[in-house]
Amino acid sequence: MSSIPATIATENADRRSRVDARHDVWFRRLLKVCALLVLAALLGAALSTLWGGREVLLGHGLHFLTSDAWNPVTNDYGAWAPIFGTLVTSLIALILAVPTAFGIALFLTEIAPAWLRGPVAMAIELLASIPSIIYGMWGLFVFVPFMASIEPGLSEMLGRIPLFGKLFQGPPIGLGLLTAGIVLAVMILPFICSVMREVFQTVPNRLKESSYALGSTTWEVVWDIVLPYTRSAVIGGIFLGLGRALGETMAVTFVLGNAYDITASLLMPGTSISSSIANEFNEAVGTHRSALIALGFLLFVVTFVVLLVSRLMLRQLARREGA
Amino acid sequence: MFNLKSIGIYVAAIAAATLLGTAAHATDITGAGSSFVYPVISKWSAAYAAKTGNRVNYQSIGSGGGIAQIEGGTVDFGASDKPLDAATLAKFGFGQFPDVIGGIVPAFKVEGVAPGKLVLDGATLANIFLGKITHWNDPAIAKLNPGLKLPDAKINVVHRSDGSGTTFNFTDYLSKVSTEWKAKVGEGTAVTWPTGIGGKGNEGVSAYIRQIPNSIGYVEYAYAVQNHLGYARMKNAAGQVVQPDAASFQAAAATADWANAKNFDLLITNAPGAKAWPITATSWVIMYKQPKNATHSKVALDFFRYAYTDGKSAAAALDYVPLPQSLVKQIEAYWKAEFKQ
Repeated sequence: MSSIPATIATENADRRSRVDARHDVWFRRLLKVCALLVLAALLGAALSTLWGGREVLLGHGLHFLTSDAWNPVTNDYGAWAPIFGTLVTSLIALILAVPTAFGIALFLTEIAPAWLRGPVAMAIELLASIPSIIYGMWGLFVFVPFMASIEPGLSEMLGRIPLFGKLFQGPPIGLGLLTAGIVLAVMILPFICSVMREVFQTVPNRLKESSYALGSTTWEVVWDIVLPYTRSAVIGGIFLGLGRALGETMAVTFVLGNAYDITASLLMPGTSISSSIANEFNEAVGTHRSALIALGFLLFVVTFVVLLVSRLMLRQLARREGA
Repeated sequence: MFNLKSIGIYVAAIAAATLLGTAAHATDITGAGSSFVYPVISKWSAAYAAKTGNRVNYQSIGSGGGIAQIEGGTVDFGASDKPLDAATLAKFGFGQFPDVIGGIVPAFKVEGVAPGKLVLDGATLANIFLGKITHWNDPAIAKLNPGLKLPDAKINVVHRSDGSGTTFNFTDYLSKVSTEWKAKVGEGTAVTWPTGIGGKGNEGVSAYIRQIPNSIGYVEYAYAVQNHLGYARMKNAAGQVVQPDAASFQAAAATADWANAKNFDLLITNAPGAKAWPITATSWVIMYKQPKNATHSKVALDFFRYAYTDGKSAAAALDYVPLPQSLVKQIEAYWKAEFKQ
């Protein structure tokens, strides 16, 4: 009597597990499709920009990468000026944003009183959600006049230093690589800072407390305990910000000055890959359009190279830690 | 409940009205292209719909996009700030004609020089934009402005960073008046600027001119007027100093050599008339001569006929200039001869 319900129970369980297994298989396939969709979209975008830019990429060859000419009238295109502008503005942004973000995140997780943490963290998150066009308008109408007013002093003070001073010589018009870099820094700051704050919070309290118990200062705790513990995530956050800086379009277009020039001075106007595309795509036809699409492909390549370098850096770090 | 019900009735009424409305509408036509003409076309379109019930939907996507759309046959007309050449027109079976006139003015901000007081000529303007004249007190500028106190300050040149019909006409003018400009830079919707900084759109250029001391740039006349920018007077091809206004733009359109321009393929910069403003521009409508949809094409032509007559005041209110009567007559003749109506 008792064996019959038991068989039913096992049969039920068998059926259940078969159904579960089938569901599992479908679920796994569904997830795989989702993941592949991302890959397909990425590959599709890369290939279509490559295809759209083939006329210039093939026709100009290496000249397209190395030349700083950009002449839609004679259809002579070189991407070096936009690449240069993109890299320089992003670099300035990183140099300014990373230490600041680090400071803010440390303050919020280690030093600030509990009642202050919530509001400041919220303010940073809000900063991240401001559309880039607003930063562009702010940059153009508020920040550019401000920069124009301090640039004469800046040239006077820093421009005299040999070699380094070259960076700060130029007409005080307020627009240019430095202004664009600073606006970008404000834009990427919240991204880097949020990530840092989140990961600093994950450091186990007992580690920090033991270090404090051994007599470490706050700085020593941060430098020797918190940072090594969260290193890869912090670098990940920095590259998230860098990725945004490389591709930022509208805000940069407003304050960069949009001149296809390569200059030693940070006060001079320049151009970036994405702002060139945004500026000229509307009215471009034929080879000009092809050149702009090829620029888009180059942005892919630049971003990819930057990500690759960051991966290699992380791996190197991990290896050194293991050793 | 009451509210919900009344909303329901309201929605039903609107739906019914829309349905009836579409039934009553003869045709909806579409156009795309130049952002330069967008404000005036949308104004004409509203007035035209009120009068005839036919609606014109215009997408302001830029001249390049407008040409691509009409080539693809996805719109009933395209609008471009740059005329198509005879070969392209023949290849696709297009006809083209001008729709409205606009002026481009050199705008500047110089300490101690009042708006409208500065006089420039073509060669000087070209040399400023070439970076050859670098200071406001240059003899070339001083010679044109006797009695005007010009500062010993560097000229900050501002140009458009985006590709635009404004740039196309401006550089075309400079190419006509300066052989050096023609050889070194040339004309186009975007060019390699020898000097200066680029602002995005008319608003970008005018923001830079306002903020950067001792600057000079070029903007559409309508934009300069509406934003109270200081603009310069120009010495035209006839050697007369003229003021940018509706009369001088119309004089340029009227004295330009349309009669010898096949398919209206003519830029009216540096027009010969004594009263003509030298940097005057038109925009072109491009349509199929043998359209797939004859009704749509007919409505489109009727729309532009309306624009040339009843639409004049609407254009003037937006600081565009309606085409002179002589030119409208030529366009009507062109329609009769070339378009299947």
